[in-house]
Amino acid sequence: MIETILISGRTIDQGATLEEKTSQAYFDAAAYCELNEGNLEALGVSVDQNVKVATAHGTVVVPAKIDKRLPDDIVFIPMGPWANAIVDPDTCGCGMPGFKGIPATVESTTDPALSMKELMATYKE
Amino acid sequence: MAEMIIKNGVVYDPKNGIDGEKNEICIKDGKIVENVGAGAKIVDAEGCVVMAGGVDGHTHCAGKINTGRIMSPHDMRYAPIPGLSGEEPRTKLLRPQVGYNTPNTYAIGYRYSKLGYTSIAEAAITPMMARHMHEEFEEIPILDKLGLVLMGSNWQVMQYIQDKDPEKLKAYMAWVLLAARGYGVKVVNPGGGSSWTWGKNVSGLDDKVVDFDVTPADILIGLAEANEALNLPHSIHVHCNNLGMPGNISTTLDTMKLLEKVKTKRDRQVMHVTHVQFNAYTGTSWMDFASGAQDVAEYINKHDHITFDMGQLMFGPAMTMTADGPTEYRNARMFDAKWSNYDQELEDAGGVVPLSYTSQHFAHATMWAIGLELALLVKDPWKVMFTTDNPNGGAFVNYPEGQALLMSDKKRQEVIAGFPDMTMDRITLPNIDRELDWGEIATMTRAMSAKMLGLEEKGHLGVGADADVAIYNIQPDKVDPSVEHEKIKKALSFAKYTIKSGEIVVRDGEITATPKGKVYWVNAYENGIAQGEKDRLMTDLEERFAKYYSIQLSNYMVEDAYLPRPVEIRPEVI
Amino acid sequence: MPVIKDVVCTLCGCLCDDLEATVEDNKITKVGKACKLGRAKTMGPFLHERIEKPMIRENGELKECSYDEAITKAAEILVAAKRPMSYGWCSTSCEAIEKAILLAEETGSLIDSTANVCHGPSALAAQEKGAPSCSLGTAKNYADLIIFWGCNPVHAHPRHQTRYSTMAKGAFTPNGKKDKKMVVVDPRNTDTAKKADLLLQLKPGTDYVLIEALRAIVNGHEDVLPDEIAGLPKAKVLELAEMCKAAKFGIIYFGMGITQTRGRYKSGDNVSSLISDLNQITKFVMIGMRGHYNVTGFGQVASWETGFPMAIDFSRGYPYYNPGETGTNDVLMRREVDAFITGAADPGAHFPQESVKHLFKIPAIQIDGYANPTTEFSDVVIPAAIAGVECDGTAYRMDCQPIRMKKLVETTFKTDEEILTEIIAKVRELKGNGAKGGA
Repeated sequence: MIETILISGRTIDQGATLEEKTSQAYFDAAAYCELNEGNLEALGVSVDQNVKVATAHGTVVVPAKIDKRLPDDIVFIPMGPWANAIVDPDTCGCGMPGFKGIPATVESTTDPALSMKELMATYKE
Repeated sequence: MAEMIIKNGVVYDPKNGIDGEKNEICIKDGKIVENVGAGAKIVDAEGCVVMAGGVDGHTHCAGKINTGRIMSPHDMRYAPIPGLSGEEPRTKLLRPQVGYNTPNTYAIGYRYSKLGYTSIAEAAITPMMARHMHEEFEEIPILDKLGLVLMGSNWQVMQYIQDKDPEKLKAYMAWVLLAARGYGVKVVNPGGGSSWTWGKNVSGLDDKVVDFDVTPADILIGLAEANEALNLPHSIHVHCNNLGMPGNISTTLDTMKLLEKVKTKRDRQVMHVTHVQFNAYTGTSWMDFASGAQDVAEYINKHDHITFDMGQLMFGPAMTMTADGPTEYRNARMFDAKWSNYDQELEDAGGVVPLSYTSQHFAHATMWAIGLELALLVKDPWKVMFTTDNPNGGAFVNYPEGQALLMSDKKRQEVIAGFPDMTMDRITLPNIDRELDWGEIATMTRAMSAKMLGLEEKGHLGVGADADVAIYNIQPDKVDPSVEHEKIKKALSFAKYTIKSGEIVVRDGEITATPKGKVYWVNAYENGIAQGEKDRLMTDLEERFAKYYSIQLSNYMVEDAYLPRPVEIRPEVI
Repeated sequence: MPVIKDVVCTLCGCLCDDLEATVEDNKITKVGKACKLGRAKTMGPFLHERIEKPMIRENGELKECSYDEAITKAAEILVAAKRPMSYGWCSTSCEAIEKAILLAEETGSLIDSTANVCHGPSALAAQEKGAPSCSLGTAKNYADLIIFWGCNPVHAHPRHQTRYSTMAKGAFTPNGKKDKKMVVVDPRNTDTAKKADLLLQLKPGTDYVLIEALRAIVNGHEDVLPDEIAGLPKAKVLELAEMCKAAKFGIIYFGMGITQTRGRYKSGDNVSSLISDLNQITKFVMIGMRGHYNVTGFGQVASWETGFPMAIDFSRGYPYYNPGETGTNDVLMRREVDAFITGAADPGAHFPQESVKHLFKIPAIQIDGYANPTTEFSDVVIPAAIAGVECDGTAYRMDCQPIRMKKLVETTFKTDEEILTEIIAKVRELKGNGAKGGA
């Protein structure tokens, strides 16, 4: 397991699939966690193997991807339902939740990643 | 359509020489007519003052004001004048209202109407932003509107003047009015707006604009001559260089003198100089600055080619918004205030800075006095428009305060009595006892503003005029404005009747109907420019748009969709 | 094959207006000059599925119905609610936004835009310090120092650098990139950063500190600075400050790294202060990189109609504004909202989990062209025409420049504007207020 900081944000593929969020293309674009080479090694995870990312606000399972230029202490998940399962909802009294800079842990997992619909269904009571 | 007759009114119609006569006003199909039938609706003015609806020829009401709104959420709750400011919930008839200096569009329409005003002119918009102005216009109820388009720091204008190509300049100015669906030519700190893109300014009429081989004087003459060659209804409308700086009186007088050589075929001024109060300071610094109103008035009294408006200060919070970008940055740093800035590509600068004026500061007290001195020292009211440069000097809902001050020396002395000592040898107002009468007020708030703008059917009550009428709850033979200035202020704040295009929109200070107004614009391009000149211009513009603009030429032109009720004026080609 | 020129792209805040759409048989088959985002958006209706029919959820399943039934149900939900909320309105025209605001007024709703999770803090920053800005063409013509702070245009605004910034050729930057320096401030070495002349890879959440340090240097107090600032060596911070002072025209383009990180709107507030300080030395401005193509438009329309750019509460009958209290995620997290209508946005995808949980509990209405996470919790789904493709209207670019979008193809789908107009009519009918009233 590694301790890290989670940043979520836009990617061009996530943006190009905004109108087809029920598709595989959107899943591929928005459901992953980028780590650098050293972190992948430390976790014993290869690209496209699943990782479990956890914060104080939830956990999410997504395939791992590599970004060689990421620092050791940052991981990145594109903005979207998978990132938002674990971001900080606190708006700090000004309206904006905490989509960046959330303390997180990442570990290897054999759990499956949920599809968009499956993930949304977890919010039903 | 409906016929109406206003009876028992005491009419002030300066254009038609009517100065307090008991005349009937007949209305049919939204126009003033000779007479109406027996079935006409009777409006009984009960011996009260009747004038044409007010024409505000210089107000910041659509466009830049939105930046002011976004910057000042606190203004939305501010309610210093009950019934004309602050928050009002929606009703069956009215949309919600908010604000004081930067009210929402619905409040602007309703509150001007309550004041008996029926037409407003947005003081300054760049051609590229005109679409925004028109969107806001569409949401301002009741009033008729027009927009003055900034041209004084425009790259094409300066280039064509530099090239000594008056035909191309003419064609371009006409084209800009078409592109923006604008009404007239606005000039702010000529040349300075372009220099400001590098953080620089111009220091006076003969200072070269950065990157161009022209001076503010060149720009003013070039635009004025082309304006007259195009026979535009309005003259150039000018905010002088060096606004707000001690000693700027010399720049202002030089600007006025410069325009002596320009001639017009129209029956109006060759230049309208705006908010002169901010440009009428003697001295060398804030320590020795004083009122230059006497010098300005002396000049204007001897010359007929200038009209001007006051730019009267009102104490309390105000919001400055102007294309004079460098002045706004200076204001913000001087007062440690919020600062918004906008450099519009190729076209002009802009800034928005909230300020507050207090009677306890000698500088503000002096500025307050200067506005009134200007209006009282200039003998001919046809040269003077009443404004506060809303909201730069103060919010327009303070117009009744300003007009009451002009009518009452006693009221002025009451305010002056509270001024700090350091004010007193900077101003001459304490010794001015002239009090304006209803005819002069009517001139300064509707008759001359309509004439100055070239709006032939506004500002008067002669046959053929638009049926825009204000009736104020003052019986002039019973109320002495000099003494009962509080009654005057109240009556001017909440009209007994405001009638717009023949429909009653205000009754006893409350809105009774919310028709939509028209937007006036000038098309001097289609018929006014020869095809050869059009082709020559377009060749140049196509190249400039491709190289320098960030928008396609075809997307630049304001589309018909933005003017659902246009009044297109085509000046006679001379 | 007719090619429509000067088409306005409707994806990101660049609002490029030089696209070329080839229309064959009422379909767009090709889009010239667009980036990957713009092409996907403009051709979207012809590339993949869309919501074909209105639907109402019955027993947990969405069932097709008529427009009338959906609009009636939507109106009923809003009228029955005690604390309704309207959200989104960033990917539609200003004309539709005006109707959304009118509907919110008539139902005493809250109304907010996607700025709540994007540049809302930038509006707050402007309210604290002002917005010293310029038009994108001015930036193109003049800027010789371009700073991307907390944004990644290669991904989020792909044509920005060629049209307006790093590579753009302008009046005083005729050689494009050769006449300019580009700097990135970002905790990640992004695809934009890797091409930068200088990268300040600060520690996450330290933007405010770095801005403060720059202000100290600009105001002549570099002696107070420690050796390490925001995880960066002091020398690097000095280097950026010197670049700023030496620039002829500098611009800070800023994004979510400024608005979403620790300090929220305080960072944007401080950028505005830095810009004001820098103008004592040289010309400097800032522009927010607005994400969606007309989120700026919502801010503009809302400001002129209600006085406030976002997070508006109409429950008092007049607009009330207090982000932190009236922002969408604020009220959802407090579980205060009992009905939700969203149009031209996807809160299901872009809100934190706590907000989405509440959205599943309350009646919700979706107006959109495409099924998405919001559809998963919506009880009424109303398909809409795609603005800028299937209907025209006004949009405001990130620099507040209004441009009119074109209608490129015919459609049988109702537009957002039409749908909202019909909901308003139904609401009036239900409230027994058949008269036009206040509009």
